[in-house]
Amino acid sequence: MALLNLREINKKFGGIHALNNVSLTIGAGEIYGLIGPNGAGKTTLFNVITGVYLPSSGDVEFNGRSIIGRKPYQVAMTGIARTFQNIRLFQNMTVLENVMIGTHAKTSAGPFGAIFNTKSTRSEERLIRSQSRDWLDYVGISSQTDYLAKNLSYGDQRRLEIARALATRPKLLALDEPAAGMNATETDELKLLIQRIRTDGVSILLIEHDVKLIMNLCDRVAVLDYGQKIAEDIPSLVRQDPKVIQAYLGGDLP
Amino acid sequence: MRLIAQRLVKKITSNKRALLLGYVLLFVALAVLPFLLSNTVGRTWVRILDFALIYAMLALGLNIVVGFAGLLDLGYIAFYAVGAYTWALLASPQFGLHLPFWVILPIGAGVAALFGVLLGAPTLRLRGDYLAIVTLGFGEIIRIFLNNLDHPVNVTNGPIGINKIDPISIGGADLTRTHEWLGISFSGVHIYYYLLLALLIFTIVMCVRLENSRIGRAWLAIREDELAAQAMGINTRNIKLLAFALGATFGGVAGGLFASLQGFVSPESFGLLESIMVLCMVVLGGMGHVYGVLLGALLLSVLPEILRSTASPIQQAVFGDVYIDPEALRMLLFGLALIVVMLVRPAGLWPAPRRRAMLDQDVGRD
Repeated sequence: MALLNLREINKKFGGIHALNNVSLTIGAGEIYGLIGPNGAGKTTLFNVITGVYLPSSGDVEFNGRSIIGRKPYQVAMTGIARTFQNIRLFQNMTVLENVMIGTHAKTSAGPFGAIFNTKSTRSEERLIRSQSRDWLDYVGISSQTDYLAKNLSYGDQRRLEIARALATRPKLLALDEPAAGMNATETDELKLLIQRIRTDGVSILLIEHDVKLIMNLCDRVAVLDYGQKIAEDIPSLVRQDPKVIQAYLGGDLP
Repeated sequence: MRLIAQRLVKKITSNKRALLLGYVLLFVALAVLPFLLSNTVGRTWVRILDFALIYAMLALGLNIVVGFAGLLDLGYIAFYAVGAYTWALLASPQFGLHLPFWVILPIGAGVAALFGVLLGAPTLRLRGDYLAIVTLGFGEIIRIFLNNLDHPVNVTNGPIGINKIDPISIGGADLTRTHEWLGISFSGVHIYYYLLLALLIFTIVMCVRLENSRIGRAWLAIREDELAAQAMGINTRNIKLLAFALGATFGGVAGGLFASLQGFVSPESFGLLESIMVLCMVVLGGMGHVYGVLLGALLLSVLPEILRSTASPIQQAVFGDVYIDPEALRMLLFGLALIVVMLVRPAGLWPAPRRRAMLDQDVGRD
């Protein structure tokens, strides 16, 4: 069953055709890779899916319903969580607080509950705390709970971003270059984490430049070049596709 | 030095009995303070204290908008004006209405909140400097409206203002008059002091609870990174509007109390300088830190009064004449104090730990 269904997405910025008739589907429980040279439109596609951009035409269906025109926070509440290419943590909040923000989508305490410190607010607050700790445990940074987010190492910041995204309880987790800047060990750990997230029932959309990671991890891979999808298949076939090789290495087709 | 103080505070706060004793002592000190003042330096000082408490409430309200949510509001005094005029119109001979305070207080708070949303809604897309300019305009618009709403239909009495505003009365007892209770005579300013103190404590509790709530965290997240906050499912529009509305509510309540204490309101009490003064209290005390803001508000409302009452006599005694007008001296010292604080303690006199950490880091990075 298709969880996410993109149909003929076009996105134009002035004269630039950033996305050109891109269609793809991601099934439930799938790890779906998205690769392409710099400027191919990967992040633009991400922003269309998560509601940051409105596509010029086309439709985005999630769980059988069109989510076109929804605001980013509404998309997050429907069940798509994301991380950012340039890490966007709440720098001056603690690690735990960052994850607690992630629970916002699935909690409801309002200002009056806070002011009068009602019973339901207190129990929800306890729940938020314990759940957030669990997520830190899950991604393996629970020893850093009380540090400010900006003081974490680069790899741990990436993990924290994933924990924060998971705290929104998504059905689809969209990761924008999660391995960027990681060393080999960190990348291996990340691979295990991503596999575990999938096993726990969350589908994954992965943008990545680390070809090895993509080949090892993804069920299917799509390749974007100049805003167009030029290939989509299982990783071993995609890497042999002449159009893909041409897009990455340049030159004419044989 | 800071380390020693921190250890001391930790030692006291970790000991429950010491903490309790501290609270009791503070409570007693606050309770006898007005009597101490009126018996030593005069009853005027209790009145000054009353106004300081009102300013503290006002500054705490602005702190929600500026400190918590990070939305620079230069027209905050408008909500104070709205609250004051709501009270004035509903409890004065202006329209012949004399509603009791427990009816006006919620109405004033509600009207101010409404104005908060009215200002907030069109400015949601603006950030930083642009927001500051629009709010500045809003503040002036309200003042100019109040100044000119005496024709064609006389609503606000224009620049003359509204006089003879009802004081708060409980069970028919007018709180601005002197009352005997347990053999002690409480004058109006004393009773107001206790009333305002109770309300201020309530305000502090509300602010602290809001800061540490789900909503408070959302404000912080918006201040840190709005796009990331949206991606976490935070409806940034509503959360920002909530900050405007709550901040305005505090301002409105403070304004109503001001009107009832003063017995008179006119547009000139709500100028741009007042807005800036309240913002200074927030910034000087420690933006985003409830107790810091409280300190800033008390200092900036009491110190100028001390200066006002001492500047002329000291000059008389030392030079035999008054060379510098106390009012001019006040602005001079005020400017100087601002510069010194910004140089020495950029995060404010008593900053929030988070903000101090943030600024420390930024200095280190340069």
